[in-house]
Amino acid sequence: MNFNSLRYCLRQSREALKRNFWLALVTSCIIAVSLIILGGFLLLAVNVAQVMRDVQSNVEICVFLYDDADQDWLAGELQRLEGVETIRFVSKEEGLAEFGRSLGDAALLAGLQGENNPLPDAFRVTVTDAELVPALAQTMRELEGVEMAEYGEEFVGELLKITGWINRFLVVVGLLLALGAVFLIVTTIRLSLMARREEIGIMKYLGASDWFVRFPFLLEGLAMGWLGNIVAVFVLAVVYGKVASTLQQDAFAFFLRPVTSPEQLLPVFLGLLLLGTCMGGFGSLISLHKFLRV
Amino acid sequence: MISLQNVTKIYPGSASPALDQITLDIEKGEFVFLVGPSGAGKSTLIKLLFRELLPTKGEIYFFGRNLARLDKKALLNHRRQIGMVFQDFRLLKQKTVFENVAFALEVLGKPPKEIEFKVAEVLEKVGLAGKEKAFPEELSGGEQQRVGVARALVKDPLLLLADEPTGNLDRNTSRQLMELLETLNAEGTTMVIATHAWDLVDRMQKRVISLNQGRLVRDEKRGTYGHEF
Ligand SMILES: Nc1ncnc2c1ncn2[C@@H]1O[C@H](COP(=O)(O)OP(=O)(O)OP(=O)(O)O)[C@@H](O)[C@H]1O
Ligand SMILES: [Mg+2]
Repeated sequence: MNFNSLRYCLRQSREALKRNFWLALVTSCIIAVSLIILGGFLLLAVNVAQVMRDVQSNVEICVFLYDDADQDWLAGELQRLEGVETIRFVSKEEGLAEFGRSLGDAALLAGLQGENNPLPDAFRVTVTDAELVPALAQTMRELEGVEMAEYGEEFVGELLKITGWINRFLVVVGLLLALGAVFLIVTTIRLSLMARREEIGIMKYLGASDWFVRFPFLLEGLAMGWLGNIVAVFVLAVVYGKVASTLQQDAFAFFLRPVTSPEQLLPVFLGLLLLGTCMGGFGSLISLHKFLRV
Repeated sequence: MISLQNVTKIYPGSASPALDQITLDIEKGEFVFLVGPSGAGKSTLIKLLFRELLPTKGEIYFFGRNLARLDKKALLNHRRQIGMVFQDFRLLKQKTVFENVAFALEVLGKPPKEIEFKVAEVLEKVGLAGKEKAFPEELSGGEQQRVGVARALVKDPLLLLADEPTGNLDRNTSRQLMELLETLNAEGTTMVIATHAWDLVDRMQKRVISLNQGRLVRDEKRGTYGHEF
């Protein structure tokens, strides 16, 4: 395959795309739609992951101690557990002060100082991964001298469940759409092959190499993939940009801080580009394999 | 150049061989007619030489290389050394005469300048100069077949294989085509031509290989069609 061949192949693909213009367009659109949906989910997943990270850094396990607990020994035990990030000792006095601050009016707690303090000493434990929280809390409860180990049980549980569902949904819908798009590419390329069947036969008699015969069809599939890609990335970028800037201006931004860092968004878009390319190439190859006897 | 040794071809599912123990040599520069009644095995022999088919038994050598042992690249090379002319022309309807002939060189990845030059040259040679822009449907049968010949010749093949190239032509055009092939042969291209055109075979006094029911029945240096069958 040399430069002249490449030019010839390019011309062939262009002609094929012109001949099957409408089908190619529809195929590209379906690819675009499937990539937009996939990409939308990916962006959602990236954002959910960020929320999860935020929550994770906030989810602490509060390990309340009996008065006679051996604090040093417990600190060592807690630190040794897999998944524990930091531990911080909060004495009953500090606990009361924090509680007062969170109420916004320490005066309400007047009279509870010193001997009357109802709070136990505690360890505040942060973990590396929110999924570990329930199991870790359970382990901690069984340690000598621990009265209770608490965390926002329901909240973390719900969040995990929701993200689990979103991820599963993403995989299923994405796969179905991608399959549909690939199937369409297979059909388009097949039509192209039919239209040029005679030519291919003659090409073989003239001593064309297999790749010379195949390459225009591969290019045709790739072109459809790329066209779909460009549209999808463009639409996603515009829509996401709009949504993100709206959210940032909104009062809720405190809660739903959208991901805007290029380091996190670039992989998503590059991934989509790769996916579209693979779909185009893959569809062509399937079609060539099935319908072209070289 | 070509050497067949005890070549037998039995198509899968058929009882009798299409070619039966054929042994023969063809030298460089020869002009060979393959004759014989329908079903004799002429097309089969042509296909074996092009290596579209492999022999069931026996060996075919092309410049000393066993055709059964060619790898992918060598096979491609083999076919590139051979020009094929078909009975039904097999031209691309949507391409012009020029494009049809140029196709043979494009497939080989030749540069456009060279293509333009060579195509013009070969069209001149087969007497189609001036018809470059015509489409096959606008040509007579004889002209179409000459496009087919031009396409086979444009890549300077060592060997030209033709399976009944005059099968769809009238006598006069057939004669003109044969004369063209004779001229090209004089310029050095080896010719192997399967044909039923007995009058032309008789007149041209070339080597004639006669097949009948897969067997080689006659091989004469300056032969005739033979009317024993
Ligand atoms: N693809 C095939 N499968 C099975 N048998 C075949 C095939 N091609 C040819 N044959 C058989 O092989 C024998 C030789 O066929 P071939 O086409 O070589 O004859 P031919 O000399 O070219 O005849 P014609 O003059 O009619 O073209 C015939 O009996 C034919 O039926
Ligand atoms: Mg035949």
